[in-house]
Amino acid sequence: MNALTQLTEEERDFFQIVRDFAEKEVRPLVMKMDAAGQFEKSLIPKLFEMGLMGIELPEKHGGSAASFFMAILGVQALSQVDPSVGVMVDVQNTLVNNAFLRWGSESLKDKYLPQLASGKVGSYCLSESSSGSDAFALKTRAEKKGDKYILNGQKLWITNAGEADIFIIIANLNPEAGYKGITAFIVERGFKGFSVSKKEDKLGIRASSTCELVLEDCEVPLENLLGEEGKGYKVAIETLNEGRIGIGAQMVGLAEAALKHAIDYTKQREQFGKPLSSFQGMQFQLAQMAIDVETSKLMVYNAARLKDAGLDFVNEAAMAKFHSSQVAERVASLAVECFGGYGFTKDYPVEKLYRDAKIGKIYEGTSFMQLMTIAKNILAD
Amino acid sequence: MDILVLIKQVPDTEAKITVSGNKINEAGVSKWIISPYDEIALEEAIRIKEKSGGTVTAISVGDDSVQASLRQAFAMGADTAIQVKTDSYQMLDSFGIAEALLKAIEGKEYKVILAGRQGSDSDNGQVPLIMATLKDWGVVPFAKKVELKDDKAIIECEAEGGDAVYESSYPVVVTANAGLNEPRYPSLKGIMASKKKPIEVKNISELGVSGEARIEVVGFEPPPPRPAGRVIDGADAAEKAKALVKALAEEIKAL
Ligand SMILES: Cc1cc2nc3c(=O)[nH]c(=O)nc-3n(C[C@H](O)[C@H](O)[C@H](O)COP(=O)(O)OP(=O)(O)OC[C@H]3O[C@@H](n4cnc5c(N)ncnc54)[C@H](O)[C@@H]3O)c2cc1C
Repeated sequence: MNALTQLTEEERDFFQIVRDFAEKEVRPLVMKMDAAGQFEKSLIPKLFEMGLMGIELPEKHGGSAASFFMAILGVQALSQVDPSVGVMVDVQNTLVNNAFLRWGSESLKDKYLPQLASGKVGSYCLSESSSGSDAFALKTRAEKKGDKYILNGQKLWITNAGEADIFIIIANLNPEAGYKGITAFIVERGFKGFSVSKKEDKLGIRASSTCELVLEDCEVPLENLLGEEGKGYKVAIETLNEGRIGIGAQMVGLAEAALKHAIDYTKQREQFGKPLSSFQGMQFQLAQMAIDVETSKLMVYNAARLKDAGLDFVNEAAMAKFHSSQVAERVASLAVECFGGYGFTKDYPVEKLYRDAKIGKIYEGTSFMQLMTIAKNILAD
Repeated sequence: MDILVLIKQVPDTEAKITVSGNKINEAGVSKWIISPYDEIALEEAIRIKEKSGGTVTAISVGDDSVQASLRQAFAMGADTAIQVKTDSYQMLDSFGIAEALLKAIEGKEYKVILAGRQGSDSDNGQVPLIMATLKDWGVVPFAKKVELKDDKAIIECEAEGGDAVYESSYPVVVTANAGLNEPRYPSLKGIMASKKKPIEVKNISELGVSGEARIEVVGFEPPPPRPAGRVIDGADAAEKAKALVKALAEEIKAL
């Protein structure tokens, strides 16, 4: 039995190469993308060429047929440099590709997976303006009309929507049946009646696009049903289980970066004639941050390895997301303090990480929602 | 077209190098990489293969640690790899390495041998040239564009004040300059496949290389530490500028 953080040769090489890529290709763009609130488009083909967008997809569909853990490593490595790039890869792999693999018909997979592996970005669209935590209260409606489904409604907060071509839309086909009317559909950017609307101007992960979608009599061919009619609630909820581990990985990468910056800076900055890192108060703070980072990494890695082993991981995924997002926020906040006034400015990298950390407690289920899942699991008879 | 690429594994360009006696402390180097110019040569070979077929073989002289670089060559797209095994890459001079490489490929026919213009560690740039000389092959160093026709290779290089275009018969040795291409990052699929491909290992002691060094390294000197900076004093900007100009002109004689 191996230690959780002991990587195979493949895992280690992959992590290192993604890290090198992030350092050379992403790092120079980070602050520019953040200031502009715009993802650098030229990065996207590079992510595809490296196989980062189809990590678990079968080889016959152009993927790498690698493990879920490998996807987690990719998200972590990218997020050490920019959590906005990390989340693009995360959503593609842990939500979009994952949902296709689990629920897609063979013909749907044959049609869309090669595109998702080679150049098309995907989005996962559940939330609406009036339904977030209470996701099943969604108002987007689907109707079957002849050889089409007609979708009407609006989606909010959709990650990657600015760049995406393929959208998994969750709508209700039979509102009388409540959540048992919820159904998942595949919508392409060019479908009649579909449009990407306002892009949010955000506190953090500013380079990652978050947009509103509008569906006005949007026409969807019958074969673009993902899973079964009325089973979309399962698609929506179960896909998020893997997704949460991915967000955990994003938060781990972010916290590792904040800690690394804090260590480097405090070793070099002098006050009272000595490096900051020579003061015991500072040392203990850095040590606490390191413990935090280590625990969240262990939880995220364990949840991912459980998933790859085919074991139950729902509770562990919720715990990993809850804990790693809390740690990321705390560690990034302390890192800002380690830098003193400099940490508060955009001339140093930690203020951005502090802003980016905040999203971890919100998307893919707020921290309260994770606690609800965990409580339900531990209290179950 | 079958292409051989010479791969030298070198300390990462950012690694801290320490010297003891007349050798680099290899154990103290935290990270080893494919010498950047060799990586460009490898990329070129893979692009040629992707465009017009053939195979790419990566070859490296060194201890077992060089297998990491050969695996990276696999991950980028090389088909086969040969390790010419020695205890240390500092054992041989350029002539010895060239000899060892030629012995290791005896019996195989490569039309093109690609290598970097120089290793990023010792900057000698001799091995490929010595190989070509020993074999009487064509050799064009510092290539910035390579085009392979059926009967000849056309190679463009930077020349004083312009470009030079050369044609060579096969086999030809070409060394890559910066700007020939932008090497790819290995893909995940490539990384996974690279673990399964075999590396052919040839022991240098069994190749019949003379091993007699013509060049001996007498010593390595780290560059002298940078002298501390000096702050120019003055009441205002104008006065400081005056003091600076004076220092540049009189002390450093830069003006
Ligand atoms: C940057 C960003 C990207 C996003 N990307 C996507 C995406 O790609 N796809 C997608 O579908 N959605 C996405 N979302 C939406 C996100 O998942 C929701 O914002 C989130 O689920 C919270 O929903 P809400 O905003 O409606 O908040 P609300 O549900 O209104 O929650 C507000 C607060 O109330 C608390 N709360 C709610 N109910 C309870 C309760 N029963 N008990 C205790 N506390 C409660 C919450 O924990 C929270 O603190 C994204 C959001 C953001 C900000």
